Amino acid sequence: MSLKDIHLDAKAIFQSLKTRFGDAVVELQETGFNPAFVVVSPSAILAVSRFLRDDSSMKFDSLMCLSGVDYKDNMAVAYHLHSMSLKHIVGVKTFLPKDDPRLDSVDSVWPAANFMEREAYDMFGINFVGSIDLRRILLPEDWPGHPMRKDYVYPESYHGVKV
Amino acid sequence: MSATIDQTALPTQEMTLNMGPQHPSTHGVLRVILRTDGEVVVNARPDVGYLHRGLQKIAERNPYGSFMPFTDRLDYLASMNCNAAYAWAVEKLAGIEVPERAEFIRVIVCELNRISSHLISFGSFTADMGAFTPFLYAIRERERVNDLFEEICGNRLTYNYCRIGGVSADLTDGWLGKVKEFLDYFEPKIDEYNNLITYNKIFVGRLANVAVVSPEDCVAYGLTGPNLRGSGVAFDLRKDEPYSVYPKFDFNVCVGRGEKGQLGDCFDRYIVRIDEMRESVKILRQAIAMIPDGPVIAKVPRVFKPAAGECYFRAENPRGETGFYLISDGSANPYRCQIRTPSYVTMNIFEKVTEGLMIADIVAVIGSFDIILPEIDR
Repeated sequence: MSLKDIHLDAKAIFQSLKTRFGDAVVELQETGFNPAFVVVSPSAILAVSRFLRDDSSMKFDSLMCLSGVDYKDNMAVAYHLHSMSLKHIVGVKTFLPKDDPRLDSVDSVWPAANFMEREAYDMFGINFVGSIDLRRILLPEDWPGHPMRKDYVYPESYHGVKV
Repeated sequence: MSATIDQTALPTQEMTLNMGPQHPSTHGVLRVILRTDGEVVVNARPDVGYLHRGLQKIAERNPYGSFMPFTDRLDYLASMNCNAAYAWAVEKLAGIEVPERAEFIRVIVCELNRISSHLISFGSFTADMGAFTPFLYAIRERERVNDLFEEICGNRLTYNYCRIGGVSADLTDGWLGKVKEFLDYFEPKIDEYNNLITYNKIFVGRLANVAVVSPEDCVAYGLTGPNLRGSGVAFDLRKDEPYSVYPKFDFNVCVGRGEKGQLGDCFDRYIVRIDEMRESVKILRQAIAMIPDGPVIAKVPRVFKPAAGECYFRAENPRGETGFYLISDGSANPYRCQIRTPSYVTMNIFEKVTEGLMIADIVAVIGSFDIILPEIDR
């Protein structure tokens, strides 16, 4: 069997997730998205992640990038996944309410997630429940607010130094 | 009289030490909080962020093209690679066709920069291990690369040479000849380095079997580039996810072989970089022979508005996978620009691999991972 036969495109991955997780898999963002995103509900993220890593047709063993995004109306976490053995790529995205963005941490699935989740927490205030170590990483611990949010208001000063 | 000492009678106490943020062997402002039992490291926790400049926020406040000089400041030892990676990402997002000559020029400058970056890695690593001479050799060669870059873009460190759609200026007359001269001069030097330090008994003793990372851990923790290949995983984005004109070239993916100890130790990560310099020379010779004539930049307006959409592009930089996750909302500025830098992700595994090592080995681990702080802190 050549690599081409086992290489799944985003549509096939979406279908496979849909049959398994039902309504927790919301939609496929395809046109204009490179790679395409499978949108899942935040409550299912840990189960979906485990399935994507462990299933023999998926084998997404590598988390390339995890990013927080502020879409103004809501927040999102975007995961870019890659399979080292099957060579396919897919994005997974989950939308979160703006007032209390929280979802399960995936650092038990991909240990690489830890620093990336810490950054998303630091910059967007997204709360990763069950993380092994969720602290600010790039900013000082007493920095006010989460500066990558679109509605962020810069402080006048920090410890007496004008910002 | 017995000369043995009753070990249990000596009280030991854990000690907390600060290594950095100002420390000559941490390759920048990295702070490591060490908990040690005598000379053995119980826990080494990295504390990063001292150089945070908010580059991702700055990206949202500038038109696509204007962010280019900031990418120089990600990995300042490989600015050309960061420039090109960002340009490729934006071109993928906006669907811009780049003239072939420009792609060849980018590959040439990227590979030259890979050589100069690996030279610094090699030089500073050996200096960390107590051998200062190789550093001077490495810097001597790197100067010639800097001279070459200065001739085409005017800068010696932060080049700002790539543009969205191409490069800022064509190569000067006779420049490719000078690159060829440099390659003829440089290639035998790699053997000289190996004779000088690589197989030195003390040097090998410091690196072999230290901080072994298994291939599975490498993938799980997101290690990329030479750190991943050092553990024997033959994965190189230039080959496995080919971009630009890389498919035109014949080169090998260098991997660690467990030559002096266990597969995936500090020595393997070191030797992969040495071998990669030879492969870069190979690519450069082919690129010089094949480079076509033509324009060096596509007609792209200074301020342009890509259609709303999202894309992720990753390139093989000297330190591993540099990725840009760009979101366009149809305006002239990126709506969001997430920069995935290899050193940042690599630091995640630091605490795990340093457990139980000696304090002096921490320096070997930092050097073998070849981290660079500005791209960690962004």
